[in-house]
Amino acid sequence: MRTQDGSSRGLVQALADRGIFGILIIILVGIAGYYLLPNNLALLTRITATALLVLSIDLVTGYCGVATLGHAALFGAGAYGAGIASAHFGINEPISMTLIGAAAGALAGLISGFVILRAHGLAQLVLSIAVVHLAHEAANKASGWTGGSDGLSGIAPGAIFGVFEFDLWGRTAYVYGIVLLVLVFALLKILVRSPFGMLARGVREDSLRIAAMGASAHSVQMRMYVISGIVAGIGGALSAISTQVVGLDSLSFTLSAQSLVMLVLGGVGSLYGAIIGTVVFMFFEDTVSAANPFHWLTIVGALLILVVLFAPKGLYGSAIALSSRLTRRKSA
Amino acid sequence: MSALLDVIHLKKSFGGLAVTNDVSLSLAPGDRVALIGPNGAGKTTFVNLVTGNLKPDQGRVLIGGEDVSAMKPAERVKRGLIRSFQVTRLFQDMTPEEHVAMAVLQRDGRSGRMFGHYAGKRQVMEEVGSILDLLGLSALAHLKVREIAYGQQRLLEIAVAMALRPKVLLLDEPAAGVPHSETTRIEKALDMLPAELAVLMIDHDMDLVFRFAKRVVVLAAGTVIFDGSPQAVTADQRVREAYLGSYGHAGSAA
Repeated sequence: MRTQDGSSRGLVQALADRGIFGILIIILVGIAGYYLLPNNLALLTRITATALLVLSIDLVTGYCGVATLGHAALFGAGAYGAGIASAHFGINEPISMTLIGAAAGALAGLISGFVILRAHGLAQLVLSIAVVHLAHEAANKASGWTGGSDGLSGIAPGAIFGVFEFDLWGRTAYVYGIVLLVLVFALLKILVRSPFGMLARGVREDSLRIAAMGASAHSVQMRMYVISGIVAGIGGALSAISTQVVGLDSLSFTLSAQSLVMLVLGGVGSLYGAIIGTVVFMFFEDTVSAANPFHWLTIVGALLILVVLFAPKGLYGSAIALSSRLTRRKSA
Repeated sequence: MSALLDVIHLKKSFGGLAVTNDVSLSLAPGDRVALIGPNGAGKTTFVNLVTGNLKPDQGRVLIGGEDVSAMKPAERVKRGLIRSFQVTRLFQDMTPEEHVAMAVLQRDGRSGRMFGHYAGKRQVMEEVGSILDLLGLSALAHLKVREIAYGQQRLLEIAVAMALRPKVLLLDEPAAGVPHSETTRIEKALDMLPAELAVLMIDHDMDLVFRFAKRVVVLAAGTVIFDGSPQAVTADQRVREAYLGSYGHAGSAA
């Protein structure tokens, strides 16, 4: 079908497959945010960091079919990794801090994958909650390293490339966040298109079938967990670098659950869905909580119910389904 | 020639009921064997024991002389023991092309690659194209599995199995659920399986069995009660009692 429509359509399809449009949109929206909301860059950076967390959940949940309510453990590991490197070891170079965060996230992904992937279904969900609670408690007890419930302070990232200082308005942090998001998005787009990405989708749909092809579903999920840890860890590091403080909330069940909600809102199993869900949820939360500080959670809850009832595939997933139904009707 | 698959004294009981009771079976290259038996004879259990999805209480399974009794299903697959499923197990949101490409990549140990796309690998695409072509699925290559007919999905099951280049192929009711008018297409597909391959087909459909198999093994109440030519099986008294007697009912239901 694709080839019949001529090369221009084929080119568009090829670009879409490679996520070129997604990258352009992230950059354009990023630039727009910079100029339209210059006083809100801290919020936008927080959204960017959370988007990385939601992307990382999408890798294991959307692409591999693993149910998790404990993914903040990976995000928090990245945040504390980068924060401790700066506060205790004087590693203040932001890119090094980010890499340390990524490594810490990968390690946390390895450990929690090892635990969570022992079980399936509900038991898996419960294990994931146990993991994030244990991580939370460990960080709380190790207050010498983490600052405990007071949070980890003393994080002082230096200038990026020795040139771009982290300013009071958060401009550098914001641009750095967008650059990280674009890089991660581009790499993940390659990953989900690759043979490994295809195998992962197979694991989500039918792991027994995958075994009958001679592949190990467990090993696919394990590898994906580590990759997911890297992505979440980068998000955590970005949060540590931009806010210069790491709190226990970055390792919380609440953050885990909220980011899963964002993923469902945007659409599970799509990188676009993950990002759209994060942006919509956090903007909505920010706007509604400012407008009505008492009932904002109720309104957020109502929005979720609406989406689940009327757009069960999430905002992005349902939009795609609708547009393909429309084009089919047009061609029929 | 040595056997490709050796099943030696397999035993499996569920709660005291011997579902597989001392079954031995050997397949040589080029064999076309049908495993038949009335409902509850233990055919599916037998398949699951051979593939490693179930652990036997006793007995061994050898592939090409190598003892695989302790191996997981995926490792047996890597040694050339491939199965198809009685109820189609395909990935609903993927295309036939993706299925066969995944199988080809997996067979070559390249399914874990994290960059590139299979469509960029000419060797893979050529093989995928030829397999889909052979089974008459080329026109459907880019449709999602949920959009294609059940009979075509059965053909795709066979395509995936072929792409894995089996040495021993276990076909679990390859024509199950396919309207009778379309079973000839499945039969044609089975005719195109490589000659040196050893095939064990489990089926109810006696027409298909008699056309396909050179040898028939009859399982009843967990034991092999007949192992011989298709011509002899209908004449065998024990088979008549155990199987063909009840086949009248099974046949009308199928």
